[in-house]
Amino acid sequence: MTVALEIRDLVKTYPVRNAFGRVSGEVRAVDGVSFTIPSGGVYGLAGESGSGKSTIARMIMGLTAPDSGDILIDGTSILGTRDRARVQMVFQNPGASLNPRRTVGQSIMVPLVAHRQSGDHTGRIGDLLDMVHLPRHFTDRYPHELSGGQKQRVAIARALAVSPRLLVLDEPTSALDVSVQAKVIDLLEELGRRLGLTYLFISHDLSLMRNFAQTVGVLYLGKIVETGPADQVFERPEHDYTRLLLASVPVISAEEAAMRPVIPLINGEMPTAKDLMALRAGLNAKETAR
Amino acid sequence: MTALLSVQGLSVSFSTYGRTVEVLKAVSLEVPQGAQVALVGESGSGKSVTMKVIMGLLAQPPARIHAGRIMFDGRDLLTLPERERVALRGTAMSMVFQDPMSSLNPVWTIEDQLTTILKYADRRLGRDRDRRGRRARVIEVLAQVRMRDPERVAQSFPIMLSGGMRQRVLIAMALLSEPRLLIADEPGTALDVTTQAQILKLLRDLVETQGLALLMITHNLGVVRETSNYVYVMNKGEIVEEGPTAGLFAAPRQQYTRDLIAAVPRLTGRVTS
Repeated sequence: MTVALEIRDLVKTYPVRNAFGRVSGEVRAVDGVSFTIPSGGVYGLAGESGSGKSTIARMIMGLTAPDSGDILIDGTSILGTRDRARVQMVFQNPGASLNPRRTVGQSIMVPLVAHRQSGDHTGRIGDLLDMVHLPRHFTDRYPHELSGGQKQRVAIARALAVSPRLLVLDEPTSALDVSVQAKVIDLLEELGRRLGLTYLFISHDLSLMRNFAQTVGVLYLGKIVETGPADQVFERPEHDYTRLLLASVPVISAEEAAMRPVIPLINGEMPTAKDLMALRAGLNAKETAR
Repeated sequence: MTALLSVQGLSVSFSTYGRTVEVLKAVSLEVPQGAQVALVGESGSGKSVTMKVIMGLLAQPPARIHAGRIMFDGRDLLTLPERERVALRGTAMSMVFQDPMSSLNPVWTIEDQLTTILKYADRRLGRDRDRRGRRARVIEVLAQVRMRDPERVAQSFPIMLSGGMRQRVLIAMALLSEPRLLIADEPGTALDVTTQAQILKLLRDLVETQGLALLMITHNLGVVRETSNYVYVMNKGEIVEEGPTAGLFAAPRQQYTRDLIAAVPRLTGRVTS
């Protein structure tokens, strides 16, 4: 199987400034992250705020330059190139990522023009709307006339306009109701199969990730602390942070509740990730001392 | 036993630009003393409007209440004089808001904000508490929501606290006046999943130890299961189904509830039918 996306030892640090604007340190937002996604695969990147998942997405999209490391698509590095048509992104909030003053057709046209694609744009827009199961006459509608799910379909159509290889999905359904979410996920799966798309799926929703991704990586403070096939990571999590994440998911059935790892309570409370790690580090230190 | 809160046949419509939309159609629900009840629905189902009518926060017009009664502790809130209504709000019934980032005043310390609320609550209840008493109560409540260092938190500005701590402050705020009913509007949805788990556990513990009644308003079925033992499912302004949480999730009777439950992704992976 060929590799569609390869991330090699990616590092990104940001300076931390004090109140007077003087650099007082640095934070490693992404700290040596490596992973690969096979062609046609879905890789899920799970992590909470501050874990670095959005920074990784920004670097793949070329919106932020990494300090070191490499990003390869189909075996060639995309760093320093201007060839961006092979990767496209679907953003979290379709209400904010569509220009309210552009019609659906005009929005989908933007990447076609930006990437200087020639040919019949009107026909292409119609085909794209077909692909995401929206009626062709939606091309003249404005975003405010559409529901949340319809807007996200337009955003997907726009991302597909320049026939990318890889789609970066940054929390594509977190702004949607569950019933709408299910339909958008179905659509993404169908498109993935039909067009041979590769997905990098970024989400904090672990239940959704279990159902959508084949491989997952759990990010904590800029590092991938655990990675593997979804079934393995969800059923036999090894890292404490993965276990804490899984234990925190609100679930709707007894079977799901039973598969959540049991986390030791600290002072009668669910521990924070930091506390749990500190507790574990303390235990390990004690064991080594013995 | 009569319920602490009982909404009976509540119908509400909105009129805008000459059009009238019925947003609540004969909604009835009950929250018994000390019970944990959830109201779940997708966006536009009417759950927030229901919450606003109960709290008396719905602007009229554009809204109009056609029919129904809201009995709280034996009194009909809808016919209560405004003075008495105001006296109940934030005292006997209080609310935990959703967004801890925008529900706190950024230029006041936590202590200032909590003290102000306590002062008003005391005045409404005709309680006499001096400055020192108020401070003691604020620290006590911050400790109740399991802040590790309540003294320091009291002196902090919101920006100095994490999202989870701010959400705790909002819960503390709701607890200040020792309410009997806590209405929680999607608490924790703006937070990370591990922080949300802590907040839900805290709410559950508080409700159990203090004998509070909880009305949880949410779109998240997982949150419903974690925090309630009785649930009302709302769709398009109507209660479509109700029942004990575990039973309803295991065997939903209505098609809408079935579809809703089927749409939720499972941690166990695909449900193959």
